[in-house]
Amino acid sequence: MLTLALNILDIVQNSIRAEASTITIDIGESIKNDFMDIRVSDNGKGMPEELLSKVTDPFVTTRTTRRIGMGLPLLKHQANLAGGDLSIESYQGKGTSTYVTFILGHVDRQPLGDIAGVMTILMSANPEINFLYNHKTDTGEYRFSSLEIKEYLGIEDFNDSHLLADIKEMINENLKDIGVFDIIKS
Amino acid sequence: MSQIKSLADLKKKREEIKTGLDVRIKSIDPENHVQVKVAMATCGIASGAKPIMEFFVEQLDRRNIPGVVTQTGCMGYCFAEPTVEIKLPGKDPVVFGYVDLKKADLIIEKYIKEGELIDGIIPVNYETIDSKE
Repeated sequence: MLTLALNILDIVQNSIRAEASTITIDIGESIKNDFMDIRVSDNGKGMPEELLSKVTDPFVTTRTTRRIGMGLPLLKHQANLAGGDLSIESYQGKGTSTYVTFILGHVDRQPLGDIAGVMTILMSANPEINFLYNHKTDTGEYRFSSLEIKEYLGIEDFNDSHLLADIKEMINENLKDIGVFDIIKS
Repeated sequence: MSQIKSLADLKKKREEIKTGLDVRIKSIDPENHVQVKVAMATCGIASGAKPIMEFFVEQLDRRNIPGVVTQTGCMGYCFAEPTVEIKLPGKDPVVFGYVDLKKADLIIEKYIKEGELIDGIIPVNYETIDSKE
């Protein structure tokens, strides 16, 4: 994937297939500590121990349409290239949490990319799921919840391109305020 | 135009265009609307499915075509990603492969608006229990 936002979009598909009703995306970036981490966690079905132990093997997948699963191995590879690693915790009936780290300033770290676009796509395609997004930097923190947006606006879904464009703008403006674009440029 | 930074800003902007929205929201009925499903597995995302999905969401709205755009997982056509399944009301779904922005535009103008098939359709290669009976 060209950007980490696309990796996040990919990993979230696992949570959606696991029938999660709440999916949380936590991103942390610190110039001071030269560190970046991303956590995608859900309250879906979880994985049995046997599957969990080999889930980063590209030849292991729960899908029946093909015999390889590249999402997690790709993200693990990208993390390793950038001085980090990937770990997964999962408990059947409770959920799964995928945690990945990077050296922020590593030359091989992929840029974050269009995370606001990823969030609006996820919200529009899965209006029944509550997406929680938390982004923390040395300068500040930004959070939002898709359920909170629905409740505040009194809507059932995000089937409106104007609203999605406005939400994307809201996310980007708030991320700029906490220095996310500056960090991407560095 | 002022920036949108808070939920209050979102609400204010929405209220400015509310009349048109109410008409559209009340009339959403998936069975009588175009259903667009964009495959969003790893191969699809890596091949460019995200901008395709964004294009369909924006353009169906802009061209006033009643439709629902959703994502789906791997349909097994990894060799032809990005792939998009279009279901017109009363018709069987059709899967298009190698969809880029230009082809997405053609799908809307030719297939969705006029029912005219275009190149790049992936033929049906499975049977369901229902179709066997």
